[in-house]
Amino acid sequence: MTRKDKVLIANGQGFWGDSILGPVRLIQEGPLDYLTLDYLAEVTMSIMQKLKGRDPSMGYATDFVQLLDRILPEAVEKGVKIVANAGGVNPMACKDAVLEVVRKHGLNVKVAVVEGDDILGHLDELMASGEAFKNMDTGEPLSKVRDGVTSANVYLGAFPIAEALDQGADIVITGRGTDPGLVLGPLIHEFGWTEKDLDQLAAGTVAGHILECGAQCTGGNYTDWQNIPKMAMIGYPIVEALADGTFTVTKHEGTGGRVTRDTVVHQLSYEMGDPANYITPDVVADFTSFEIEDEGNDRVRISGVKGTEATPTYKVSMSMRDGWKSVGSLTVSGPDALAKAKLAAEIVWQRLSYDGFDYAEDERLVEFVGANVCHEGIDIPNADQPTEVVLRLGVKGPDKAKVARFGSELVPLVTSGPPGITGFAGGRPKAAEIIGYWPALLTKDKVKTRVSVFSA
Amino acid sequence: MPKTELKAIASARSGDKGEGSNVGVIAHSEAAYRFLVEALTEDVVREHFKGINHGGVERFEAPNMRVLNFLLEDSLGGGGSASLKTDAQGKTHGLAILRMQLDIPQDVLDSVRPA
Repeated sequence: MTRKDKVLIANGQGFWGDSILGPVRLIQEGPLDYLTLDYLAEVTMSIMQKLKGRDPSMGYATDFVQLLDRILPEAVEKGVKIVANAGGVNPMACKDAVLEVVRKHGLNVKVAVVEGDDILGHLDELMASGEAFKNMDTGEPLSKVRDGVTSANVYLGAFPIAEALDQGADIVITGRGTDPGLVLGPLIHEFGWTEKDLDQLAAGTVAGHILECGAQCTGGNYTDWQNIPKMAMIGYPIVEALADGTFTVTKHEGTGGRVTRDTVVHQLSYEMGDPANYITPDVVADFTSFEIEDEGNDRVRISGVKGTEATPTYKVSMSMRDGWKSVGSLTVSGPDALAKAKLAAEIVWQRLSYDGFDYAEDERLVEFVGANVCHEGIDIPNADQPTEVVLRLGVKGPDKAKVARFGSELVPLVTSGPPGITGFAGGRPKAAEIIGYWPALLTKDKVKTRVSVFSA
Repeated sequence: MPKTELKAIASARSGDKGEGSNVGVIAHSEAAYRFLVEALTEDVVREHFKGINHGGVERFEAPNMRVLNFLLEDSLGGGGSASLKTDAQGKTHGLAILRMQLDIPQDVLDSVRPA
């Protein structure tokens, strides 16, 4: 294989629900070697497991299939390869749906599937073999809540993605893996990096972290938003990577948004823990090690990233049934909006209490949206004098019937509370299941990854 | 000396981290970073977020990025889908820290180029 000097990798999807215009425009508006797409959040896996339970052919990101139907012919023509964690908890079903699209457009495309992350079916044997799956935050063993577990997935690394590309895949579908791995995988494949190239693996991880939330590094969700041009047509991010691990963050020419040292550092700070020890299955990256330089013209260069050897464990993300919740809201107009909303909230709790339903302090929520809910406790002038507020009430707890009962005392306020209450079009709020989250570790050699390649 | 908002010398980004949030504060100059290393202690930040965060605060430094990263231990009203709050992901905590009023020396204010 002849190696490229420079590889262009973009991310067109920061989460399941991100705009389809990101990836559509990335394919159309400039050069690209790889398009990565990140669909999975922690809660997503549990939702997908539920969908798969109802229909064995579901449980993946259906958005991905619709996107491919729109972009695949042009992506193939331009030689852009696609790497997506769209497989969710059913990557094989996702592959089948993708192959349908490939056939529909009459394309010659190889589709690879990475499996092995889904350990839900092996949990008991793994526990029997001595894995306690202790909660990383609380230290409690999984056995306490084992029955409620609804999904269990290992965060796989980037090497299986590279292996799929080595086998000639044009599209790689994975289940749960690390988000930065979607970018690091193609770099390992293109530059022939190995497990020993720790600084390069760390560099690819930093690049992946910058890209993983889409337009959050090109001027989206940016403090100095007044200086971001053409936000409607914001460009999704691209890295231009070199074999030594140096890379430049940029976006296609003529697109909206900005790439500056500050927009990139914003994203580097996102969901950060200890910056000196960013742990992935491939490497421990040191985010305090590199140099970051603004070259102007929407180009930011990062060099000198250092990495150290990976840990012997994978991170496991489990979700579980964790009770019920219900939240509803009504709009209260002025005059005296806040005082009336406070009275309305009291009325709801008193009526529920009269009927025998009392909720503990930590099982209920009262918010007056418009009167400084987001920055509670921080002194903001006139925050207590809104011209109108949204009264937002909620309860949670283990008893579904008790949680559901709350929902029927909100709407009556419109006719039996203070005046000027409206916005009840949604009807009674319903009880929804709370999905709990259980982070744990698993010895790496107990996980077997598989890569398979298919064509239409 | 009149107090100045942190926003004059820094920007910020926040997001969820388990049952808490992280708040990255990005100083706009080296002088601003050095000032913030002294001024933005864990105690100062914990006091600022007392209406939001019900746990501890841990600080990490990344001088190469001019970032001080704060972990607010219990700021989401329960993690993930267990939270009833409007801002269950801590998306707005970055802007919240930028509202902090500080005694910022004139040379630090002067060191910050207009963005």
